[in-house]
Amino acid sequence: MNDPVDSFMNFDLISRYPGLVKKDQRTGYSGYIVEADCLVQFARAVRDELGFDYLSMITAADYYPDDLMDVIYLLYRTTGGPGILFKVQVSRLDSKVPSLSSIFAGAELQEREVWDMYGISFEDHPDLRRILLWDGFEGHPLRKDWKEPLFEEDSKPYKDRWPAGKHKRQEDLNPFKNNVSYPIGFEPEHFSSNNEKALYDALNKTSGNLNGSLKTDQIIVNLGPQHPSTHGVFRMAALLEGETIIDLKPVMGYLHRSHEKIGERNTFLQNMPYTDRLDYISSMSNNFGYALAVEKLMAVTPPERAEYIRVIMAELTRISSHIMTTGFLLNELGAMFTPSLYALEERELILDIFEEVSGSRMMCNYFRFGGVVRDISDSVIEKIRKLVFNRLPRKIDELDRYLTHNEIVRLRTEGVGVLTADEAAAYSAGGPLLRASGVPYDVRKAEPYSIYDRFKFDVAVRYHGDIYDRYLVRLDEMRQSIRIIQQAIHDIPSGPVMTGKSQYQPKVPAGEAYGRVEGPKGELGFYIVSDGKQNPRRYHVRAPSFINLTALSEMSKGEKVADVIAILGSIDIILGEVDR
Amino acid sequence: MTEEKLNTSGLEIPKELENVIQLTTLDRIYNWSRRNSVWPMMFGLACCAIEMICTAASRYDLSRFGMEVMRPSPRQADVIIVSGTVTKKMVPQIVRLYNQMAEPKYVISMGACANGGGPFKEGYSVVPGIDKFLPVDVYIPGCPPTPQALLNGLITLQKKIDGESISKVRWYQKNVEEGIPIPVLGPDLMDPRQYDDISRFGRIQSPEIVDDDHIKNEELDENDTGVAS
Amino acid sequence: MDGSGIIRGLLIPLKHFFVTYIDDLKWLGKKYFKPEGISLRSSAETRGIFTVQYPEEKLPVPEEFRFIPFLVYDEGQDGSRQIRCTACGICTKVCPPQCIWIERHNDAETGRPVSTPVSYTIDIDLCMNCGFCAEFCPFDAIRMDHDYELANTNRYEHDVLQLEELLKPASYYASIRPENYTREEVRKAEKLASKTIKTTEMDTANPN
Repeated sequence: MNDPVDSFMNFDLISRYPGLVKKDQRTGYSGYIVEADCLVQFARAVRDELGFDYLSMITAADYYPDDLMDVIYLLYRTTGGPGILFKVQVSRLDSKVPSLSSIFAGAELQEREVWDMYGISFEDHPDLRRILLWDGFEGHPLRKDWKEPLFEEDSKPYKDRWPAGKHKRQEDLNPFKNNVSYPIGFEPEHFSSNNEKALYDALNKTSGNLNGSLKTDQIIVNLGPQHPSTHGVFRMAALLEGETIIDLKPVMGYLHRSHEKIGERNTFLQNMPYTDRLDYISSMSNNFGYALAVEKLMAVTPPERAEYIRVIMAELTRISSHIMTTGFLLNELGAMFTPSLYALEERELILDIFEEVSGSRMMCNYFRFGGVVRDISDSVIEKIRKLVFNRLPRKIDELDRYLTHNEIVRLRTEGVGVLTADEAAAYSAGGPLLRASGVPYDVRKAEPYSIYDRFKFDVAVRYHGDIYDRYLVRLDEMRQSIRIIQQAIHDIPSGPVMTGKSQYQPKVPAGEAYGRVEGPKGELGFYIVSDGKQNPRRYHVRAPSFINLTALSEMSKGEKVADVIAILGSIDIILGEVDR
Repeated sequence: MTEEKLNTSGLEIPKELENVIQLTTLDRIYNWSRRNSVWPMMFGLACCAIEMICTAASRYDLSRFGMEVMRPSPRQADVIIVSGTVTKKMVPQIVRLYNQMAEPKYVISMGACANGGGPFKEGYSVVPGIDKFLPVDVYIPGCPPTPQALLNGLITLQKKIDGESISKVRWYQKNVEEGIPIPVLGPDLMDPRQYDDISRFGRIQSPEIVDDDHIKNEELDENDTGVAS
Repeated sequence: MDGSGIIRGLLIPLKHFFVTYIDDLKWLGKKYFKPEGISLRSSAETRGIFTVQYPEEKLPVPEEFRFIPFLVYDEGQDGSRQIRCTACGICTKVCPPQCIWIERHNDAETGRPVSTPVSYTIDIDLCMNCGFCAEFCPFDAIRMDHDYELANTNRYEHDVLQLEELLKPASYYASIRPENYTREEVRKAEKLASKTIKTTEMDTANPN
C-alpha cells in the first residue's frame, strides 16, 4: 500500500506525537504504528483535522511465535481518495487496546469481532461480548496457537493425501466422532448454560415509557434465527414496549463457518473458491476483491480483455444481486412472492451466463491472479448484449412501474428506518445504505480500481435515508450497471485473458495488501498479510453486510416490530458474509 | 407430470367402468396422497438455501410436485430441507425444529456441507454432517446442488415414500420415539447423549491415546500408589 | 395516495397473465417438451411460461458446467483401459478442501513410482466443485462431470467415490465436452508431431 498521507498532506503526524507514533518500517508494510496510550487522540486528530471520517476496517493479525499482535485500523474519506492505515501493537499475553467506539460508532461490532477471534480486549467498549461464537466458548480461534478439533496440519496441502493417500473421515478419529473437543477435566453435568443472560442484560431498558401516563411492561422478543423473513439464520433480540422497539441487538454467528481460519491454512489460490461462498449471491464481486488484493502483493496486472470481462461480470453480479434484493424486500413487506418471481426470472438469465462462462451458477470461481480462467466466446457476448441492450432495461422499468408508485409500498417504506448522512458515515455503512442517506461514496469513483475510470456512469444518490430511498438507489444502480456493461461490451478488445501462466502455487512476496471493490452490498475488502510462504499469514474479509448491521439497532429504535423486518430487508444482508 | 396409474392391484376392470372405478391397495393410496403433498419447511441455512428458493421460483417450480407450500411453522411441515452449512451455534435450533415437526417427517440433507461438513468441515465451528443429530432420509451431493439436482433429491424422497408400508411406518408403532435431545453450547458443542463420554475423556490429557484399557490402567496406578503410601 | 399507483402497478401482473396465453398460441405445440422450446425459454426473448418441467424436460447444461470430478481413461484397440492418471499428485495439492486421496506405489524392482494410481478416492461430501483439479491436471486425466443426479439415501455407501466409480471413457468425455476434447486432442497431436520431427531431425543429423 502506498503511503497516502505524506503524498498530499503536509501534516506531520510523527513529530506531533513524538515517540508515540512511528512509521511501519517492516518490508512490504505501510502506515503508522501508534502507541495504545495515544490511540484515541490520534484517531480523533485523523478524523477531525485530516478529514478521514469513514472507519473502514478494524482487524488484528497474530505474529505467533513472536509475542506480538497488530490491531489494524483503516480509515477513508467519504469524499474519496486513498486511505490511512495505522496499527497498534500489543502483547499476546496481555492484550488491551482503548476502544474507538466513542469516536466511530461503526467500530462497535468490529471490535467485538476482534475480541471474539483474538481475545484482544477493548477498554471502554460499551458491550464487549462474543459475537460470532457464543459466550462460554473455549479459546480465541484466530490465534495461531489455537487448534481446532479436526486439526490436521498448519498449512495445505496436507502430506497424507499423496502418495500414500488412504481415505479417512477426520471426525472418525475424534473420540466423540464429531468436530468437538473439551478442556481437560471438564464435567458436563456441572455445567449450566447461561450464555443468553449477557445478551438480555445488554439491552438498554431505560429509554422506555413512551406513552407517559399509561404504564406498560417491556418484553423481549427474539426474531430468529429461524424466522421466515430474516434472510437466513440471523437473530434479533428486540426489547418492546407495546409494539414499539425500545432497543434491539443483532445476534449473529449462526452461519460462522471459520472462513478466515481456513483461509489462513489454504494456499493463496485455494482461497478463491472459498470467497465465492462469502456473499453467495454475488460471487464474481468477491473473486474480484480477492484477486485485486493478491495482485497488489504479486504486482501483476491482468491484460486488457480480462479487465473488461471482469467489469462485465462484476456489474452483472450487481444487477442480479440488486434485483433479487428488490424482489425480496417486497416479500418482507408482505407481497408474497410475485415481485420476487419476476426478479428471480431475470436473475436466472444472468446466472445462465455465469454458468456458461465459469461452469457454475452461483460459485463462479472465475478469477485468477492476473486474469480470468477462460475467455468468453462470441455467443456469450451476444447473449449479454441481448440482455443489457434490450431485456434488462425493459424489465427494470417494468419493476419500477410495478412498485415505485404503489401506495402500500410507499406507506410502509417512506420515513421508516431513517439514517442521516452523518450517522451513516459514522456507522461505517456502505453501499446503497450509505448512498441512500445522501453520501455519494462509491469505491468505483472514490478510488477507481481496475478500469472503472474509463466508463461514464453516475453514482446513484438519494437523500432521505429511508427504506424507500434504498430501494430507489438500487433501481438507479442497476441502470448505471447496465450503462457500464453497454460501454464495456462495445469497447471490449480481443487478446489474451491471462498474464503469464496460471500457477497453482503462485509466489506471493511478503507484505500486506488491502484490495477493495464496490460490491453490491458495499465496500468489500480483503486484507492480506503474506510472509512469503505459500499460504497467507492473515486473511481478513471486510464484509459490508456485517458492518452495515452496526446501524441496524439505531435505525430500528422507535419503529414498530413489522418495520424491523423491512429495515433488515433494505440493508440487504447475506449471512454468509455477515458471519463468514 | 406423467399420468399416474393408481390401479395396481392386478385385477381386471371392465372397460366401461375404467373411469369410474379404481382398485388399489391401502399402502399405495396412502403413499400416493402423501408423496404429492410433501410440504417443506421454510428454512434455509446458507448458499444452498438460495438454490432452494430458485427451485421454488418460476423456472423449476416446486408446485409441480405439490411442494410449493413452504410452511414457516414446523408444526405444518412434512420435510425439513437442511440446506447449507450446519454450524455448532445453529444445531440446537435445528434439532428443536425437527422435534417440533409432526410425524410423518422427513429430512433432506442438501449439499456437501449438510451431508458431511463440506469444504468448511475442518473449521472449528461446523458440524460434520447433520446426520450426527438427525436421521437423514435423502442426501443430495453437490456444492451447491443445482435446482435440478434438488428436484432429483425430492423425487428420490417420493420414491422412498412409495416404498413405505402403513403397517410398518414408525409413527403408527406402539412405542413412539422420544425427541432427539437438544445439544447444549458449552465450551464446545455438547450432545447430551455423550455426557458420559465427555466426562470420561475429560480426565485424559491428550485425546489421541483414548482407549478403555488405558483408563483402567491409570486408575489402577493411582490405587497402587495410594496403598504404598 | 388515492390508490391509482396500486392499480397501475397491478396492470403489470395482468399483462403477464395475458402474455402467457398469447405466447402459448404463438408457439403452438413447439414450446414444451422440445429442445427448441427449452432453448427459447432460456433465451433473452422468453415471455410467458418460464418453467422447465424437470424430470420430463431437462435444462441443458453448458459445456463448462462442473459438478463432481471423474477420471478419464482411453480405450485401447483391444478394449483395454489406459488410465490417463499418472498419480502425480497435483490434484491433491491444489484441491482447496483436500478431498482427494491418491495412493501411489513404488515398483518393487526399480524402486521408481508406478505411473498408475493404486487407489484414488474422492470424498464428494467435502468436494466444493471448484474445478481446480481439472484445471491444473497436466495429463488431462481428471475432468468435471455433468451428471448432477446423485441423490441417494446413504452417503456412507455412495458419497465416497473410488477409482472404479470415478473412471469414465474418453468417449464419454468427448460427448459432454466436445470443444474441450477437440482442443486437447489437437494440442496433443501437435506435441506428438513436434516430438517426432525433433527425433527425426536428430536421426538425420546423427546417422550413427
